[in-house]
Amino acid sequence: MKLVSKAITAGEGFEANRAAHLEALGVVSEAAKLAAAGGGEKSRARHVSRGKMLPRERVANLLDAGSDFLEVGATAAHGMYDGAAPCAGVIAGIGQVMGQDVMVVCNDATVKGGTYYPMTVKKHLRAQEIAAECRLPCVYLVDSGGANLPNQDEVFPDRDHFGRIFYNQANMSAAGIPQIAVVMGSCTAGGAYVPAMADVSIIVKEQGTIFLAGPPLVKAATGEIVSAEDLGGGDVHTRLSGVADYLAEDDAHALALTRQAIGNLNITKPATVNWQSPEEPVYDPEELLGVVPADLRTPYDIREVIARVVDGSRFDEFKARFGETLVTGFAHLEGCPVGIIANNGVLFSEAAQKGAHFVELCSQRKIPLIFLQNITGFMVGQKYENEGIARHGAKLVTAVATTSVPKVTMVVGGSFGAGNYGMAGRAYQPRFMWSWPTSRISVMGGPQAAGVLATVKRDAIERGGGSWSAEEEAAFKQPTIEMFEEQSHPLYASARLWDDGIVDPRKTRRVLSLSLRAALNAPIDDTRFGVFRI
Amino acid sequence: MFAKILIANRGEIACRVIETARKMGVGTVAVYSDVDAGARHVALADQAVHIGAAAPAESYLRGDVIIQAALDTGAEAIHPGYGFLSENPEFVEAVEAAGLVFIGPSAKAIRAMGLKDAAKALMEEAGVPVVPGYHGSNQDSAYLAEQAEQIGYPVLIKAVAGGGGKGMRLVEKEGEFDAALASAQGEAKTAFGNADVLIEKYITSPRHIEVQVFGDGTDAVHLFERDCSLQRRHQKVIEEAPAPGMTEDVRAAMGNAAVRAAKAIGYAGAGTIEFIVDGSDGLRTDGFWFMEMNTRLQVEHPVTEAITGVDLVEWQLRVASGEGLPASQSDLAIKGHAFEARLYAEDVPAGFLPATGTLSHLEFPQDARIDTGVRTGDEISPWYDPMIAKLTTHGPTRAVALKQLEQALTRTEVAGSVTNLAFLTSLTRHEGFRAGDVDTGLIGRDLEHLAEEPVACSRTRALAALGFAGLTEAVGEAADIESAGFTLWEPVPQTITFLYNGEEIAARITTLAVGEHRVEIGEIAHDVTRRAGIWFVDGAKTRARVRRFGESLSVFWGNGYVFEAIDPLARGGAAEEGGNIVAAPMPGLLKAVFVKPGAKVTEGDRLVILEAMKMEHSLLASRDGVVADVLCGEGDQVVAGAPLIQLEEAEV
Repeated sequence: MKLVSKAITAGEGFEANRAAHLEALGVVSEAAKLAAAGGGEKSRARHVSRGKMLPRERVANLLDAGSDFLEVGATAAHGMYDGAAPCAGVIAGIGQVMGQDVMVVCNDATVKGGTYYPMTVKKHLRAQEIAAECRLPCVYLVDSGGANLPNQDEVFPDRDHFGRIFYNQANMSAAGIPQIAVVMGSCTAGGAYVPAMADVSIIVKEQGTIFLAGPPLVKAATGEIVSAEDLGGGDVHTRLSGVADYLAEDDAHALALTRQAIGNLNITKPATVNWQSPEEPVYDPEELLGVVPADLRTPYDIREVIARVVDGSRFDEFKARFGETLVTGFAHLEGCPVGIIANNGVLFSEAAQKGAHFVELCSQRKIPLIFLQNITGFMVGQKYENEGIARHGAKLVTAVATTSVPKVTMVVGGSFGAGNYGMAGRAYQPRFMWSWPTSRISVMGGPQAAGVLATVKRDAIERGGGSWSAEEEAAFKQPTIEMFEEQSHPLYASARLWDDGIVDPRKTRRVLSLSLRAALNAPIDDTRFGVFRI
Repeated sequence: MFAKILIANRGEIACRVIETARKMGVGTVAVYSDVDAGARHVALADQAVHIGAAAPAESYLRGDVIIQAALDTGAEAIHPGYGFLSENPEFVEAVEAAGLVFIGPSAKAIRAMGLKDAAKALMEEAGVPVVPGYHGSNQDSAYLAEQAEQIGYPVLIKAVAGGGGKGMRLVEKEGEFDAALASAQGEAKTAFGNADVLIEKYITSPRHIEVQVFGDGTDAVHLFERDCSLQRRHQKVIEEAPAPGMTEDVRAAMGNAAVRAAKAIGYAGAGTIEFIVDGSDGLRTDGFWFMEMNTRLQVEHPVTEAITGVDLVEWQLRVASGEGLPASQSDLAIKGHAFEARLYAEDVPAGFLPATGTLSHLEFPQDARIDTGVRTGDEISPWYDPMIAKLTTHGPTRAVALKQLEQALTRTEVAGSVTNLAFLTSLTRHEGFRAGDVDTGLIGRDLEHLAEEPVACSRTRALAALGFAGLTEAVGEAADIESAGFTLWEPVPQTITFLYNGEEIAARITTLAVGEHRVEIGEIAHDVTRRAGIWFVDGAKTRARVRRFGESLSVFWGNGYVFEAIDPLARGGAAEEGGNIVAAPMPGLLKAVFVKPGAKVTEGDRLVILEAMKMEHSLLASRDGVVADVLCGEGDQVVAGAPLIQLEEAEV
C-alpha cells in the first residue's frame, strides 16, 4: 500500500529541523573533506611530483566511468592520533570495475608514508570482512611503508592486527574471492605479502618496490649496499623473482592492466532476489531533513522516513496493529525486495515478538533486511520484567543474530542499550551499518547514565549520614553527560569504525540500495536459528 | 501501365525509381553486383537479380545480362537511371530488340545529342543559340589555333566525346594554346578513346543554367530551369531552382529554346538542355548558349520536382507506357524555391578525394527530402560513386529554402567516413551564394575558406569526454540507475584521455548528481547536464548528440566531430625491446657469430647461432644499431643469460 505522509513539509518547524540537520551535515562534510585531502598540500605535491597519481585519483581511474563508489570509513580515525591519519591513511570502498562490484583498498602514501596506524589496520580488515561476506573481488592499491612503528604494539601482535590482512587474503583466495594487488609504491616488510599473497599482482616500473627489508635494513643486517630498484623493483619482480606478474609503465597503465585482470575473472552474480523495475519514492527524500526532528527526544512516525526511502513509497506493513512501537513490512528498494524493521518508540514484549516473527519470515523467503534504528531500549519496570520482556527481547536478538539474510542497518536516531542489539547493531554483523549525522550511539543516554551514577553516589553518601546538595549532584553529573555527548556523536563512532560511515539522510535510499547490491554478490544461505525462548 | 519494370542501376537513383513505381502499383526488379547484394535498392525492390562482379563493366554495364534479367523476371520495361547504360544507344536498341520498353529517349535521339559538335550543329539549325566555337572535324593543331584566334581568347578546349570535365582545358592566351591542346587530346584519348576536341568561347562570368524538358516523341514541354553554377572542377555541388535573378522574359526564351531543341530530335522522356549563361551583367534573352543535352533523368531533378510538384519518374513511366504528355505548358508553374546538396564521402582537406568506409551511423533530419541508397551499416565502396545522399529542401522563398538546407545539413549525422558535410554547410553560409551572386567560379575563388574543417570547441570536447566515459544516453536515467557516479561525501573525479586530430586530450570528470557532470579540460570547465535525452552545457540547451562507434566517437553538433579512443593497454613492451645486450636465452654452444664490432645491423639480422637441446637457435638483432662489442667467440659454451653481443647505445 502506498504510504500517506502526514508530515507538514513547510513552515517554521520544518525549517528549524532542516536547519539543524544541515548544521549537523556541515560538521560531517567538513570532516569528510579533511579526510579526502589526505596528508596535506605539501605531501600531496611531493607525491604528484614523483609521477604518481593521488590515491583518490587511483581509485577513480580504476573504476568504470560513472561508477558508484560506496566508501567505507570515509571519516575513519577522525580526531584520533592528533589528526595525523586522515581517513586512517587508507581509502576503502566498493565500486564497479568492468561492471563487476569490487572492494578497493588504497593506501594513501601522503599520510605518513601510508604506514598502518591501528585504525588503518582496523579499516583494512573491515574492508576485507565486507569483501568476504559479500564475495567481492579485492583490489589492493599498495603504497605503504608497512606498520607505523611508534604504534607497533597496537598494530602488530594481536589477532585482528596486521597479520590478519594476509590471513584474510589467503582465506578469501581459498574461498574463490579474487585478490589482486597493484604495487604503486613501497611495499615493505609485512606489506610485501600483500602482492606476494595476491592471486595476481601488478607493479609499476620505477615506482613500485617489494621487499622484506629495505636497503637501509639490508645494509644494517649484512652490509650489502643495493638500490631499492635492484632490490625489489618492478623489473626485478616481473623478470627475475616472479613476485609480480605484470609490469606497468605508470599508474594509469597499472590501473588499465588491473581493469583487464578484473575483466577476466569470469564471475557471475548469483540469483538471489526477484528484482523489480526501480521506482522513485512518491515523497521527495529531500524532505527528510525537515520532516525528521533533529532532536532525538521528539517522537515522530518512522513511516515518514520509510515513505521517503522505498520504491513508490509503497509499504506492505506486517502486523500493523500489534506491537506498534516496532514497524515491520515489505517494500522494494531500487527494485530489490526488502523487509524493513523500524523503531517507532520503545520496545515492548509484543514488539519484540513481532520483530522475531518478521525476521523468521524474511529468512524463510530470503528477503534482505533493512533496520532503521531509532531506539532508546526495551521498556523497563516491574510489569515488563515480570511478563518476561528479557525473554521476548532475546527472541528478537536471537533471530537477528542468526538469520542468514543480508542485514543493513541505518541508525536514523538513537542507538541505545539492548535496543542496539535487537536492531542489528555492529555486534550483530550487519553487512553494512550506517549512521545519520544527527544520530547518537551509547549504552544509554548521557543524562540517564549520569543519573545512575549519581543515584549510586547519593545512596553511599546518605548511608554514611552525609548530605549532597542539588548543586553538588549537578556538578558531579556534568562530566559524565559531557563524556557521553562526545562519545555518542556519530563522528566519534565512525572514527572508530563502529559503523561504516555517516550518511546524508537524503542519500539513505541510495546507500541502502548500494549496500544491498554489494551484499547480493553472495548467495543467501538457508537460515538455522538458535533456541528461541518461547 | 507496366505491371513490372527493371531498374538497371543502383544507389539512390534505383531507390528513387522504385519508390515511385511502388506508389504507382508497378512491380520492381533490382539488379545488383556482388558487393551490392545487401544494398538498399535490393532491399526495396520486389525482386532482385544478381548480374555480376563489383566492377561496373562486369555488372551494371552488362546490357545483355540486364536484358536477360528483365526477360527472366517478366519485367516489361527497363529504367536506366542516370550514368551506366542510361545514354547508351546500343543498349536502347538491344532492349527494344528483346521486346522490352526502354524508359527514356530513342537511340536516335541519344545519338543525336551524344557527339557535342554534331549536337551543336543540329541545335543551330533548330534556332537554338550556341556558343561561338569550332566544332569541325579538322583536328590539325595549327588550324585549331587559328580557330581559337577567330573565336577570341579566352577559349575552352573540350573533348568531343567528353563529359565530366575530362579532356577540358581553359586557355587564357595564345601562347598557352598548343600545350593545353596536347594535354586535352591526350586525356580525351585515354578517357573516351577519341582524341577529337572542339573549341568554344570561354565566358568569364559563366553560370550553368539548365532547363528540364519532357517530351512524348512529338510534343515537348519544359519544367523551368535549374541553376547548377555551384561547381567544383565541373562537378555540381549544390543546385537550385529557379535560377537566382531569372526574369520571365529570359525564362521564356530559354524554355522555348529548350523545347525547340527537344522537338528537333523527337525527344521522348525526361531530358535536360544545359546552357552556359553570361552572368556578368544580369540575365539577358541573348545571353545564353546551348552547351549540351543530357538525355536522361538528372541527379538534380528533385529541385524541379519540388518547385513544380511533378514526379518526373511518374511522368517517365507514363510516357514510356504510351501516354501523351501528362501536362501542357500552361499547366506548369513554379511554386517556391528549392535547393539540393550532394552529400559525398570525400576527404575535403585532402583535395576532395573520394573516400570509402562503413557508415557506422547515418541519420537525416525529418524535414528535408532525402534521396539515398545507403543506410547505417552500409559500405561506401571504391567501386562506385561515393555519393551518400542528396538533401533537397523546398521553401516559399530562396532565403527560406537556403536556411532550411543549412539546417538540414547541420542536422545530418554521418559516421564511419569523412564527408563534405562541413563544406556544404559552409557553402550555405557563403555571403555571395546567399545573395544569389552565383557563377561557376564561386567555389574555386573561396575554396580555402569553404574547405576549412570546423574545429571542435571545448564544449564539444567536454561532450566527447562524457561519451568516452560512457556517460551518454541511458546513463543516469532511470534505465540505468546503477551508473550514477554516486559518492557518500566528496566526489571522485575521473580522468578520461582521448584523441582529437591526433592531439591527446585529458578531461577530468566530476559527477555532481545523476546526469550532472563537471568536465575540466586544462583550465576550462563546463557543467554538462543530461535531462530527458538532451544535453545542457553550462545551463544552455543544445541539440548535440554523442555517439560511440567502436574506437571512434562522434559528437554531432552542427557538424560531425570525430574523436578517437586511446587504448590504455597499448603501452609497455616497447621499452623492453631495443635493449643493448643480446643474451643467450638458454645454455648452449655458439655455432657461429656473424658480426664484428662496428658492424651496422638492422632489426631482424642474424647475429649468432646458439646450439642447445639439439636445436640451432638464431639470435636476431632486436633493433637497428651498431655492434659495440662481441662478447663471445665461436665454439664457446655459454650459460643462460650470458651477454653475447652488445649494441651501441641507441640514438634518441
